[in-house]
Amino acid sequence: MTTPVLEAVNVVKELGKGAGKVQALKGVNLALVKGELTLLMGPSGSGKTTLLSILGCILTPTSGIVRVEGEEVAGKNAEELAELRRKHIGFIFQSYNLFPTLSALENVRIALDVIGRKGYQAALRAEEVLREVGLGNRLKNYPSNLSGGEQQRVAVARAIAASPSVVLADEPTAALDSENGHAVMALLARIAKEQNRSVLAVTHDPRTLGYADRVVRIEDGLIVGEERRPQGLDAPEITDLTKRRKANA
Amino acid sequence: MILTLAFRNLFHDRIRLAVTLVGILFSIVLVAIQLGMYLGSSQMITSMIERSKSDLWITAFGAKSFEEGGILLTSRERHQALATPGVKAVVPLVVAFAEWRKPEGGSTRVVLVGTDAEDGALEPWSLVAGTWQDIKSPDAISADDTYFRELGINGIGDTAQIAMGRVKVKALTHRIRSFTQSPYVFTTLSRARSLLGADSDKATFYLVQLEPGANVEAVRHELRTRLEGAEVLTKDEFRDRSLRQWLFRTGAGLALIGGALLGILVGTVIVAQTLYSSTKDHLNEFATLRALGSSSGYIYKVILAQAGLSAVIGYILGILISLGILYISRNTPLPLVMTPGLAGALFGLTLFMSAVSAISAIIKVTRIDPAMVFNR
Repeated sequence: MTTPVLEAVNVVKELGKGAGKVQALKGVNLALVKGELTLLMGPSGSGKTTLLSILGCILTPTSGIVRVEGEEVAGKNAEELAELRRKHIGFIFQSYNLFPTLSALENVRIALDVIGRKGYQAALRAEEVLREVGLGNRLKNYPSNLSGGEQQRVAVARAIAASPSVVLADEPTAALDSENGHAVMALLARIAKEQNRSVLAVTHDPRTLGYADRVVRIEDGLIVGEERRPQGLDAPEITDLTKRRKANA
Repeated sequence: MILTLAFRNLFHDRIRLAVTLVGILFSIVLVAIQLGMYLGSSQMITSMIERSKSDLWITAFGAKSFEEGGILLTSRERHQALATPGVKAVVPLVVAFAEWRKPEGGSTRVVLVGTDAEDGALEPWSLVAGTWQDIKSPDAISADDTYFRELGINGIGDTAQIAMGRVKVKALTHRIRSFTQSPYVFTTLSRARSLLGADSDKATFYLVQLEPGANVEAVRHELRTRLEGAEVLTKDEFRDRSLRQWLFRTGAGLALIGGALLGILVGTVIVAQTLYSSTKDHLNEFATLRALGSSSGYIYKVILAQAGLSAVIGYILGILISLGILYISRNTPLPLVMTPGLAGALFGLTLFMSAVSAISAIIKVTRIDPAMVFNR
């Protein structure tokens, strides 16, 4: 059996205080393994983003256990959690969260700078991952000069630049049109498969289903269903993207 | 990347950057002017003492400053000093405020300095016209060209009256300024006594020169024992006493230092306000950095780098403007002074001010919840 890179065991999260206190997660169990793209789907308010924040070591659970690469998160302070994120986790956000004053290349470089990779080697690595996501010709462009799809691909490049074992994506296609949405999902599926990473994407978007190896459904703070989908990398868009990359190269 | 991000954050909003720079610039210029005046005043107050070639100063008891020594010492003190082991020479000096009657009418106050340059203790410097020999000629004095208007004269050859006697301008000094705004007028020792109506054995100060190898403290101790009605001060002590008198007892120095502190305060508040608002605008980016795993220290460095960059740019602009003002002030009765030490101190002050200004921004960032990156 494959060892999980990220694992939540009976995780409970309470938000708010006093009379306003709500239980956003009510005992969630989830394990992510390398080489898989997992979709976390559920209606608004079901606890998807809270679970993503806990798995990403941004929030800590009220109770339960979270392990990142076998290391328990419990009892760690904010700086230690940041270190875990640096070492193991890459993030992709719904609104891209790129730095508007930095070019595409610099946006990726800063993620490397944060983990202490600086100078020429870092610049080479940033360029390499931007080429991997098909933005080799947009290195110097600022976010304002990139389309939504391109910005999200920069965000993907930033998330994988430091070679994390886990990539967590929050609604990665929500701000994108159909074509770009498919392109980004294909990219995430490829990252999971070709780079042997664990990718978890929170989404409402039914267009993304075709790319998933596994779909986990959450409702009212509980995992209510899970299904495995065999198609994964065979989705047509992935093949198209691979062809395009080869053509670019 | 820290510097790159800080630089881009700063230059992203140019109006805010301009406000920050104006804040720093205003602060630097104000502090430079105030401290430049302080230094300039200090130099004016102590210039005579600094220029003297003496190891010790004998003054009448309680002499407050160079200009306010009274003409109270007699030849008795001089002879007692000369008889002290280790003393090579004791040179008398007469210094007193006196009324200067202008050739065209009206009067002003001058500081008359009576000295015999041959004794080698104090002589007029920066002579631009005439020589010491000219000052020794009958009724001669030297005046400073900075004060022509105040003295009502135009140059060499003009006549005026000091206290009890007619004088003729036979030499000119250049930029020997007086903190009291009463111009220094040099003449010989005997003529000064005569003009001031003082006895021929009277003096304001005795400037003591020691034998080579003599122990200053030991000689001073011996002089104190012998001269009961007088004080024996080192050059540094007399300089400090003069500074205290004019800068602090009159409140002038406190006003200058107060102005400098006000400049620092205003600059700090402006820079803090703009840095805080910049940080608030970039809060999502800092939260993103935090989510990407950056340490708090990394983010603090970005904010401090922004503060540091503002400080460097603001300082360069501020110091250039200050130097311009200094240049303009060079021929006025109160010239500003800028030394490499003051320029360095101002730079350190600017960095400190900017670092303090960054505190509010850092506190704001410390409270960032990285989970906010999911709420955009």
